[in-house]
Amino acid sequence: MSACKDEDPRISNIKTRIRVVPNFPKSGIMFQDITTLLLDPKAFKDTVDLFVERYKGKNISVVAGIEARGFIFGPPIALAIGAKFVPLRKPRKLPGEVISEEYVLEYGTDCLEMHIGAVEPGDCALVVDDLIATGGTLCAAMKLLERVGAEVVECACVIELPDLKGRERLNGKPLYILVESH
Amino acid sequence: MFAEENGLRGDPRLQAISEAIRVVPHFPKPGIMFQDITTLLLDHKAFKDTVDIFVDRYRDMDISVVAGVEARGFMFGPSIALAIGAKFVPLRKPRKLPGEVISESYVLEYGTDCLEMHVGAVQPGERALVIDDLVATGGTLSAAIRLLERVGAEVVECACVIGLPENKGERRLNGKPLYILVEPRELCC
Repeated sequence: MSACKDEDPRISNIKTRIRVVPNFPKSGIMFQDITTLLLDPKAFKDTVDLFVERYKGKNISVVAGIEARGFIFGPPIALAIGAKFVPLRKPRKLPGEVISEEYVLEYGTDCLEMHIGAVEPGDCALVVDDLIATGGTLCAAMKLLERVGAEVVECACVIELPDLKGRERLNGKPLYILVESH
Repeated sequence: MFAEENGLRGDPRLQAISEAIRVVPHFPKPGIMFQDITTLLLDHKAFKDTVDIFVDRYRDMDISVVAGVEARGFMFGPSIALAIGAKFVPLRKPRKLPGEVISESYVLEYGTDCLEMHVGAVQPGERALVIDDLVATGGTLSAAIRLLERVGAEVVECACVIGLPENKGERRLNGKPLYILVEPRELCC
């Protein structure tokens, strides 16, 4: 499901603020750059507000953000809805005891980590990242949360690349996005 | 300068913020008592108070840019930027930003590292705040200041949640004031 189906009037400005950078990080990839969205205070605020309006009052106790761009959107949402914020990080960044979840990349694998004790059984969690492509990272994030007994309520991203079918990798968990890019 | 030297002496929010920070010994290597702010982020009130203290200080200073240092500066900077109506600019490790960048290198204990900013993100004459979770030697913050000054911005202040006590009083970085909420915690009881 995505906000653009309802065509909230704030969406079109958000979409125009996202910059596409061709051939980054390698040839053939049209990179969706959200840093230009962050340069427009109204558009950035509207982005956060759209998520907050959806999740406030829904009993979400954890917002988990994926390093590093999930750290830009996740904390403002967490603060506004009264939830704790949990960073999900690349290996060896978190200082305390962690659990790790490996996931597959186009070539090779990568790993996402979460602090032990940050999330408790019964916590209701929202996972936030700037973009969903293949869904591999989001899937790893959900597994981390479920392994410690949290319930993942939804995944939320600013941008979806629907042609990569990441939505299908979320084990039936709902996905909420603001903007699609084909 | 520390918050308690500048109007917030005895403010109970500062004690709660300090107590919410976890010390992890010998990370990333032996001898380092790592100040872990992730436990602060788990305490909604303390996290909100952290942001509110910075917002109260900066909202009337005509700041148009909040520049956050990757990655923990990203956890505090955007909320401050949103509340004061400023744009947020991420300062990142090399090769993460997709567009044209300028780079500033800085010295580590062993070797050097590099901070990058997008060309065009900040305009000449803008008033900027730099934010990170902690200031130690000041090397990273100094590089951040240089990046912003190279494009003609004026750095108004650098703000950190945690700072070593030698930052008390009027210690400056590249001539710019530092504003810090709490000192590092000891590993205790």
